Amino acid sequence: MTVDNRIPALPAEEYARRQRRVESAVPELWDLLDEVKDPEIPVISLWELGVLQEIEQRDETVVVTITPTYSGCPAMSVMEEDVVAALHAAGHDQVRVETRLSPAWSTTWMTDAAQEKLRAWGIAPPGCGSADVAAVIRCPRCGSEDLRKLSEFGSTACKALYQCNSCAEPFDYFKPI
Amino acid sequence: MTATDSNEAVLQYAVRLGDDALVLGHRLSEWCSNGPFLEEDLALTNVALDYIGRARMFYSYAAELSGDGRSEDSFAYLRDCREFTNLLLHELPRGDFAFTMARQYLVDEYALAFMQALLESEDERLAGIAAKAVKESKYHLRRSRDWMLRLGDGTAESHCRLQTAVDDLWGYTPELFELDALETSLVAAGVAVDSAALRPDWEAAVRATLEEATIELPQADWSVRGGRQGIHTESLGHMLSDLQFMQRAYPGLEW
Repeated sequence: MTVDNRIPALPAEEYARRQRRVESAVPELWDLLDEVKDPEIPVISLWELGVLQEIEQRDETVVVTITPTYSGCPAMSVMEEDVVAALHAAGHDQVRVETRLSPAWSTTWMTDAAQEKLRAWGIAPPGCGSADVAAVIRCPRCGSEDLRKLSEFGSTACKALYQCNSCAEPFDYFKPI
Repeated sequence: MTATDSNEAVLQYAVRLGDDALVLGHRLSEWCSNGPFLEEDLALTNVALDYIGRARMFYSYAAELSGDGRSEDSFAYLRDCREFTNLLLHELPRGDFAFTMARQYLVDEYALAFMQALLESEDERLAGIAAKAVKESKYHLRRSRDWMLRLGDGTAESHCRLQTAVDDLWGYTPELFELDALETSLVAAGVAVDSAALRPDWEAAVRATLEEATIELPQADWSVRGGRQGIHTESLGHMLSDLQFMQRAYPGLEW
């Protein structure tokens, strides 16, 4: 067995997603959908979140493929509606949104810039951790690492609830998954 | 198996897994606004959402396989008790908080191992659903295991309640590891999980947690089964009358 010692800079599926955008025949549609934000975290777009997977023009129809964050996330249907609305507003009458389950969504697809937007919005970003190994968590307000967990689940499925022991700020933590 | 038989078998298997998820998800959702405190209320309902989402993914797949116009809602809302094929453990009334957390812990240990095995399924769709479920179940298990320790090694009252819950639940666990003809044939086809093979690791993990929680392992002198064949406890019918009320009262209702 050969051992691959290379450290992947980016998960392969995320690299492929970015390539799809770079090589897309309809780059203007990707730019258009950059305006569609997460309904519950309106500072990051569906693209930055990793939900937006593919945009294709098939004959007269624009087909948008998204992947769900959490299985039961109620925001998914709102995201779908927002995608359709944005494309309709730009004159694309025939739009279809498809859902693809695999590769399963991961917070490691978020760029550093997107993670910083989360922090500025008051949410501790997931960093490069996974459901098995958490990354370092810092208070989004003061940067302290002296924290306590209030609950494994916060205001939405993707977040946990923490409080900072240094500045007393209670905050959401976007769980790595 | 012919292609048609195989299609029908996978459909039934997807419905079983959907039933497990829907029934447990509904039980958890019953805690909404009844949780012991706000954070716990949120946690219980978040886990409920994950399970209901899981049910939707399995039912949607079954609906596509059926090719006869059925939808995920047909499976959730338009079948009666005897057509539900969930494992009995999932349908038991939520009981007190200790009962809910003990059940959740026993299920989480099982669900995580089950979904990890389902990742290897030859059926790409089932494997895709499992990939989502594995990540979520890791968080579920972390929390339910914490509660086992906190309740078991907590006050005399919490210890007593948790011990009672584990005793009352124990006889429903052997069913998790039993395969009928359908599942045996799907295991042979590389589609289904050989749940019997999960038992040793599950028992070892549960035993370790119970010991740490100072809870005695129950005597295995009774067991109940039948969910996969549609033979349920009386509580499922009551639950479905609540879960299915809107579709029964207003057939075809959409919102």
